[in-house]
Amino acid sequence: MLQADLLANAVVAGILLGGFYAATAVGLAIVFGQLDIVNIAHPAFIIVGAYVAWILNSRYGFDPVLAGVAAAPLFFAAGALLYRIYYLAFERTGQESLSGLAFFFGVMFIIEVSLLLAYGVDYRLVQTGYAESKWSLGFVDFPLRMLVPFAVSLALTVGIAQYLSRTFMGRAIQAVAQDRLALQLMGANPVRVKQWAFGLGVATAAVAGALLIVIQPVEPSVGRQFIGRAFAIVVLGGMGSMRGMFVAALILGVVESLVSTFVGPSWSPAVAFGVLALTLAIRPAGLFGR
Amino acid sequence: MRLQRFLTAALAALAFAALPASGAEPAGKPIKIGFSMALTGGLAGAGKAALIAMEIWRDDVNKAGGLLGRPVELVYYDDATQPANVPGIYTKLLDVDKVDLVVSSYGTNEIAPAMPIVMRKKLVFPSLFGLAVNDEFKYDRYFQIMPAGPEPKTDWSKGFFELAAAQKPKPKTVAIVAADAEFALNAAAGARANAKKMGFSIVYDKSYPPSTTDFTPVVRAIQATNPDIVFVASYPPDSVGMVKAAHEVGLKCKMFGGGMVGLQYAAIQKNLGPLLDGIINYDFWVPETTLNFPGVRDFLAKYQAAAVGKGVDPLGHYLPPYAYAYLQVVGEAITGTKSLDQGKLAAYMHSHTFDTVIGKVKFGKNGEWATSRVLEVQFRDVQPNDLEQFAGPGKRVVLYPREWRSAEIDYPYKK
Repeated sequence: MLQADLLANAVVAGILLGGFYAATAVGLAIVFGQLDIVNIAHPAFIIVGAYVAWILNSRYGFDPVLAGVAAAPLFFAAGALLYRIYYLAFERTGQESLSGLAFFFGVMFIIEVSLLLAYGVDYRLVQTGYAESKWSLGFVDFPLRMLVPFAVSLALTVGIAQYLSRTFMGRAIQAVAQDRLALQLMGANPVRVKQWAFGLGVATAAVAGALLIVIQPVEPSVGRQFIGRAFAIVVLGGMGSMRGMFVAALILGVVESLVSTFVGPSWSPAVAFGVLALTLAIRPAGLFGR
Repeated sequence: MRLQRFLTAALAALAFAALPASGAEPAGKPIKIGFSMALTGGLAGAGKAALIAMEIWRDDVNKAGGLLGRPVELVYYDDATQPANVPGIYTKLLDVDKVDLVVSSYGTNEIAPAMPIVMRKKLVFPSLFGLAVNDEFKYDRYFQIMPAGPEPKTDWSKGFFELAAAQKPKPKTVAIVAADAEFALNAAAGARANAKKMGFSIVYDKSYPPSTTDFTPVVRAIQATNPDIVFVASYPPDSVGMVKAAHEVGLKCKMFGGGMVGLQYAAIQKNLGPLLDGIINYDFWVPETTLNFPGVRDFLAKYQAAAVGKGVDPLGHYLPPYAYAYLQVVGEAITGTKSLDQGKLAAYMHSHTFDTVIGKVKFGKNGEWATSRVLEVQFRDVQPNDLEQFAGPGKRVVLYPREWRSAEIDYPYKK
């Protein structure tokens, strides 16, 4: 028999988990969803974000989430630089599909090995005042370890969506995704716009990394487990739609949580990705794709 | 009187001459010991710590004159925690580097892929922390340093369930949850067998994928079955998630723990702090007075000095003493047989008891320890954010086996 408290808690846990998944996918929704760049190194940047949060937390007592936000401009600069290299080496010569993919694979390995050489292989964790607390509403629990990442992720997604729809540069990013030539004819530099967008995507990894280390311990190679899930969320949401990405992340989180609670955790990825396959069969452009 | 003095001097001179070349510079062609090791990837934390311990052994041996008067050299490659890399590495070690002996990488998943090559060449294969690897291969030159015991799958969790069975009133129901990976599934199979053997009813028995981020749904599902005992076989990030989720959900059970890898690591212990209190989990060495084996403190002092700045476990209680010990076994066998002949070494290792930093080691017929020494330890009175507390006794008391016990069980887990 289905227990109401178990069901309610499973749904809430899924929503909170989905919120965190959205943080790992929001950058990809810009870079992969809007710009069509398969940045497979995005989860590696998330791990760098986690290490930055760990360093600032363990050495200076910074809150990890604030540390992630503070580090975002540096990530933006690193992302912009990375795009410039990618553009000069691959995109300009039209070799971005396969060579570009190999390039980002390489970047991922370089990041992992650099972290390993600089900080070793031990698990890194952070101390926060809230990670061991929870709020309760009736029989439903909201562990702050998951609630804080959910809230930050929601704010990040809303912020990015507003930026893309209300600012000049945001609209330019959407324009370059739709018709690069038309943007060029209007006098805008598509390369510069894409560079800005790529930087923005990588900047979100700083925040996502900080959220990750609040939830679980981190070591250099742990990012790989998010590659498939983050790309799946972007595709399910409808390539580039922020609203779609967030809803897709929530669906994945809730499905995983429900299956984990009522069927068995080993089935949760299979069922979650089954939902992805089914959705794409019905709506090939994704939930909010056009 | 003069004769007595002369005899004493002569005996002393003879005794000195009879001493092995201790302290003398080793000379000649080095004895090469080859292995793959997880220096990057998921098991790198343990792999790098193991390598530090192995290098300490090499330096200690070479300082003491080497083996058979020859220096010892370690030849190793990073297997990146990828089992697929392991066969190629051992082929290279044997065919290109021409190593004299091989030992294993760390962990079940990295040991098993080397077995076919090692068996084909009939090599002695001392192994580092593989659970029940030889159950499938039944190789008579395999020697496992992890003290799981002659029936590793069940011996691994036997202590946990024996402790549970000894409580009054005896708990009745058990939940078993394990990661979908080789070691954890083996541990869960053993737990299942022990639970049935000791008359517990299994009310939850599931595995979870390694990519699981949030464990609250798992713990809630376990809680819904209202088990008396919860046995968890998990890897480090999952163990942290599981302990935090148990705290958040308010898991009510009488015993919690069992096979959680990671709770032995200092960084994780420091982070979880008081959340660990009451958990009963396996371990292999803790700084309790009952486990103060000769040489272990000296070894740990060297390890802790060498570990500074290398990003590995700073205390090194879990794996490093065993990584040192499995090479001690190799060294003692070479010295004892005065040979590098694989057959002689294997026969010696089967027939002798070895004195190591982790105590006396005696291998059984299948290459596992003749008698299990999987410890069940309980976390007690853990303070928040304090690493140093774990360096001394009292925080992880030994409950099982009786021979090494340092405290009585604090039962139940949540009062």
